[in-house]
Amino acid sequence: MASILVIGETDDAGLTAPTLEMLGAATRLSGGLGGGVALALIGSGVGDAAAAAAAAGADTVYTADADSLDTYQTDSYLPVAQGIVEQDSPSVVLLAQSSIGRDLAPRLATRLGSAAIMDSLALEIEGGRVKATRSCYGGNARQVVTVQTDPQVITVRPKSQDPLEADAARTAEIIAVDVAEPTLRAQTTGKELAESDGIRLEDAEIVVSGGRGLGGPEAFGDLEQLAGVLSAAVGSSRAACDLGWYPPSQQVGLTGLVVSPTLYLAIAISGASQHMAGCGGSKNIVAINKDPDAPIFGFSRFGIVDDYKKVLPALESAFAAALE
Amino acid sequence: MDVIVCVKQIPDPETPAAAFKVDESAMQVLPAQGISPVISPFDAQAVEAALRIKDAAGEGTVNVISLGPDTARDAIKHSLAMGADEGYHLKDDAFDGGDAWATALALSKAIQHIGLPDVLIFGRQAADWDQGTVGSIVAELLDLPSATVLRAVELDGDSISVSRVVADGFENISLPTPCALTISNEFGDPRYPQLRQIMQAARKQVTELTAADIGADASEVGAAGARVQMHALYQPTSDVEVEIIEGDTPEEKAAGLVNALREAKIL
Repeated sequence: MASILVIGETDDAGLTAPTLEMLGAATRLSGGLGGGVALALIGSGVGDAAAAAAAAGADTVYTADADSLDTYQTDSYLPVAQGIVEQDSPSVVLLAQSSIGRDLAPRLATRLGSAAIMDSLALEIEGGRVKATRSCYGGNARQVVTVQTDPQVITVRPKSQDPLEADAARTAEIIAVDVAEPTLRAQTTGKELAESDGIRLEDAEIVVSGGRGLGGPEAFGDLEQLAGVLSAAVGSSRAACDLGWYPPSQQVGLTGLVVSPTLYLAIAISGASQHMAGCGGSKNIVAINKDPDAPIFGFSRFGIVDDYKKVLPALESAFAAALE
Repeated sequence: MDVIVCVKQIPDPETPAAAFKVDESAMQVLPAQGISPVISPFDAQAVEAALRIKDAAGEGTVNVISLGPDTARDAIKHSLAMGADEGYHLKDDAFDGGDAWATALALSKAIQHIGLPDVLIFGRQAADWDQGTVGSIVAELLDLPSATVLRAVELDGDSISVSRVVADGFENISLPTPCALTISNEFGDPRYPQLRQIMQAARKQVTELTAADIGADASEVGAAGARVQMHALYQPTSDVEVEIIEGDTPEEKAAGLVNALREAKIL
């Protein structure tokens, strides 16, 4: 029995970054709860990641490895996650605020007779319970909350927690979990992968992002060109995505991706709270906006007040010259 | 094809940040002067999805439920003006101060009271607390298959086919009925009610339901039934001081920015 169970996720490269971050947070917090960090890996071929999980802080790794778990479905993952939580009986269950965590956490919490706190930014132990700080009102406010029932189910915003230094000397007890053939009511019938050429937004050191102020979809071509010069990824505000100017998979914000690059170039983005929820963790924000009163300047280290159409070509050549 | 949509009236999320104020001691958001509350935008999209299912089926009803104070009635009226058939207002002091769990429990009991429809639809999250859990909790309580954060919903014979937004693209999912769905902003704009429809909706009766009406004990809903406790509510502050790069031409400004980034060792 661990005090904190992390429900992790894997991709082709092994444990996802949010999984490593949650193991870091769990290790930091577990001392105040009596110790012990467990990781649950649910999927197909997930057993391979168990060693990395030990190095990243897990004392126990539950692996539920089955072909039927290759694609996430609520109906197939929920009973498996429930079984692992009941076997381990932790005080706290952490999931990532990801496509899977968003869907699984509230149903899992309900099935376990408890409740979930979503999208927490900061976690601390007080009186044996986890106090979570989370964003609300589209990023305009923060609330501090606790789950009063057990287990305390909490999803964690990507990039909000620090992972541990990987330590290959660490070992973990690995427990393979039996997976019953699931009864799927909802069926996955296909998947459309978003076009992704180049650098993943979440991994990029530099992000060039555009908003409604661009005025049309063509401008994203100019942003992509600038991004090419900077080896950057291109993001978009929700407003621009909703207008169909750029794919939803590139949306930065509360309802999209969370990024924290070294440099976030916000071009013709007003800086609505819901957008800042996705890029506020960037180390340096630079804003280009013709409105000197745009809220984005309040979050930026450097700013240019001008029409982006005039600045962008000049900026591209200036960056190209500087990076030669 | 019968559909029930759960909607919520919230402070307008487009409220300018400067007009957004919090009463920290009461842990409440203060109503912004001159800015009316609105139906949560994701919920208006949920109503739109429901109306399209009914249209495609050529028969059925779209009913809406809202739990909340008197203002919740406006979210119901908006949905009726969009074309929904009947409105139900869960209105009782016993519902006050509930969290997502307590709200979902009351909604699930109201849905059973009204009659389980073929499809239940919610917005992906209420744009005030941004938790995004009520739809999933109701689905779990009613033991329904669910799909969340959808950009498209279509009637496909007796089943519902949906497109779910995930990190690396979209998943196509087929669900039997009855099922529960949550709609994301990628769904697109909902219809905007015309004056004539607003007038018609104004005359429509909204059924008010108390905790007793839906068979809920006062101890399991509202603040008494809440499982999440709030300890603080505040506005975050940014301590960043912006340096505006000046220049007479765009070229000067661009060069100035690149220099500043180099000096700050960001480039």
